[in-house]
Amino acid sequence: MDSFTTHTGVGVPLKRSNVDTDQIIPAVYLKRVTRTGFEDGLFAAWRNDPDFVLNDPTYAAGSVLVAGPDFGTGSSREHAVWALQNYGFKVVISSRFADIFRGNSGKAGLLAAQVDEKVVQRLWDWLEDHPGGEITVDLESRTVRAGAGDDAVEDSFDIDDYTRWRLLEGLDDIGITLGHDDDIAAFEAARPGWKPVTA
Amino acid sequence: MVVPPPESVKEIVVGKTLSEKVWDEHVVRSAAGEPDLLYIDLHLLHEVTSPQAFDGLRLADRAVRRPDLTLATEDHNVPTLDWDKPIADPVSRTQVETLRKNCADFGVRLHPLGDIEQGIVHVVGPQLGLTQPGMTIVCGDSHTSTHGAFGAIAFGIGTSEVEHVLATQTLTQARPKTMAVTVNGSLPEGVTAKDLVLTLIAHTGTGGGQGYIVEYRGQAIEELSMEGRMTVCNMSIEWGAKAGMIAPDQTTFDYIEGKPEAPKGADWDAAVAHWRTLRTDDDAVFDEEIVLDASTMTPFVTWGTNPGQGAPLGASVPSPDDFDEPNDKVATEKALHYMGLEAGTPLREVKVDTVFVGSCTNGRIEDLRLAASILEGRHVADDTRLLVVPGSVRVRLQAEAEGLDKVFVAAGAEWRGAGCSMCLGMNPDQLAPGERSASTSNRNFEGRQGKGGRTHLVSVPVAAATAVRGTLSSPADLQEV
Repeated sequence: MDSFTTHTGVGVPLKRSNVDTDQIIPAVYLKRVTRTGFEDGLFAAWRNDPDFVLNDPTYAAGSVLVAGPDFGTGSSREHAVWALQNYGFKVVISSRFADIFRGNSGKAGLLAAQVDEKVVQRLWDWLEDHPGGEITVDLESRTVRAGAGDDAVEDSFDIDDYTRWRLLEGLDDIGITLGHDDDIAAFEAARPGWKPVTA
Repeated sequence: MVVPPPESVKEIVVGKTLSEKVWDEHVVRSAAGEPDLLYIDLHLLHEVTSPQAFDGLRLADRAVRRPDLTLATEDHNVPTLDWDKPIADPVSRTQVETLRKNCADFGVRLHPLGDIEQGIVHVVGPQLGLTQPGMTIVCGDSHTSTHGAFGAIAFGIGTSEVEHVLATQTLTQARPKTMAVTVNGSLPEGVTAKDLVLTLIAHTGTGGGQGYIVEYRGQAIEELSMEGRMTVCNMSIEWGAKAGMIAPDQTTFDYIEGKPEAPKGADWDAAVAHWRTLRTDDDAVFDEEIVLDASTMTPFVTWGTNPGQGAPLGASVPSPDDFDEPNDKVATEKALHYMGLEAGTPLREVKVDTVFVGSCTNGRIEDLRLAASILEGRHVADDTRLLVVPGSVRVRLQAEAEGLDKVFVAAGAEWRGAGCSMCLGMNPDQLAPGERSASTSNRNFEGRQGKGGRTHLVSVPVAAATAVRGTLSSPADLQEV
């Protein structure tokens, strides 16, 4: 995984709450056996609507999604994270993420930055005044920034320490765990014999 | 209704909750400032969320650490018609064939399409007896919470985590908070576990359980069958909970005993002795508690596009003005527009095109018996289609042995093969744009059952009665036969 320190990119306002994983990518797009190519299914139903934000050329280079609360609810499909990444998103900002989506983002290298609901509203307002404007998300200092003038937005975001460290270092989770192989082997030696096996 | 305990109380308690006991039994490694490393007793796989994980193993030249704690089946993509022929959709076929190759290459037991143990992964685990109290169970599927009905910690994971479990048989996990949902009293006649959990989700919203492992308890929960308990735990994810679980009791032990992979002889005695300790201690304190009264519950259906947008069947479609929060107003407006519903319309007058009975929520034998008991001697309404999809091949064969298939077919229903089917519309079983369903599944998201499809989540009795009347209905609305 590539390390993530800071990112500056075009902010895209997604003014919806409860953006579930079936909206991010419908099930019919989940049939690929690769981690790439899922951008065609991103927000598939909404992209038929000419007024949908991603159909606005202003946001063609969008890489920071600013969404309403309860983003990523529903299915465990990591394809939702891949679809956002394959499309070009590096960061999703929301006031509340579903647990599995947040976990998948941390594993796959998409930054899920949790901010206060008021900050989402301020970013939406700022983007309305500055369409195509850029948002900077700094993982080192856990801050999100937009603009420089009187109406600039700057605030902190939440991310757990462990995920932040892994993203900053670009670490392979499995590699870290395999470093604890002795602990795993000791645990296995002490498991009760009546626990079920499949083979 | 939510009563957080005072901090002063939390510091002096020594007791543990059920989830804390099971969690602590699985901690391989714990360090300050890091998530726990948790051992996984059972890893379930299916074709959709595993291919990229196996690819990752190959790239890093890693093996599956414990193929003997791993089981795969084919469910999301498989057709429910012509299942004895090659899968027609080439992309679906490739995904299923990829799972077969991966399982062969890495030595994982697989129950493929056509096998007698094939079915929805969350129906297969319990019916094999692999799902047991006190276990940790994961799968690349959010409805893994189903297995919590046995007193296991069970939750859905993404593909990166699937790869992590394949390689290490562990997961790094931050310890969740604990919540109790206590459901006092008994459910009235005709009100089911599904109505109970839909009522709960309407109360909490889709994010209310976030960060918690929830323990369902109280008289109404204890009175549920294992099938009913699975229905409740299955939908834990629909209100955002990490997992849902129910303390094992005699109902649990009776269900497991004699299943193919259940402990036998002295192992059975040792297992049950341990399982009996898996109860929340009297002096344990939950981080949060919700209390509900089952005796006031009624058949409950959703009207919107998330599982929290529900109401009693006897109510009317709400108006955005009924909500105080601006977000709820906007969400209601969008949902009514998508669903093609007018505020104020009695839910009983909403006409349905397709009824779907099945899924990991309500696709077990008890569900099919209940549906058949209502459909016996009755017929599906004109212009309404009823799809009955058993959760597994075993469920299908059991239903056929009991003659339930004949009841369904005589009533004008389509009797299908086992799989996830119309719950998520990954196979050909989909709604057409604008088509409306009453579905015993778990999600009413926009387009979930097919692009433009409109879903009302319902219980099995409501599904069967709706099929007969053609509008959302409960068995009480049907004429005697």
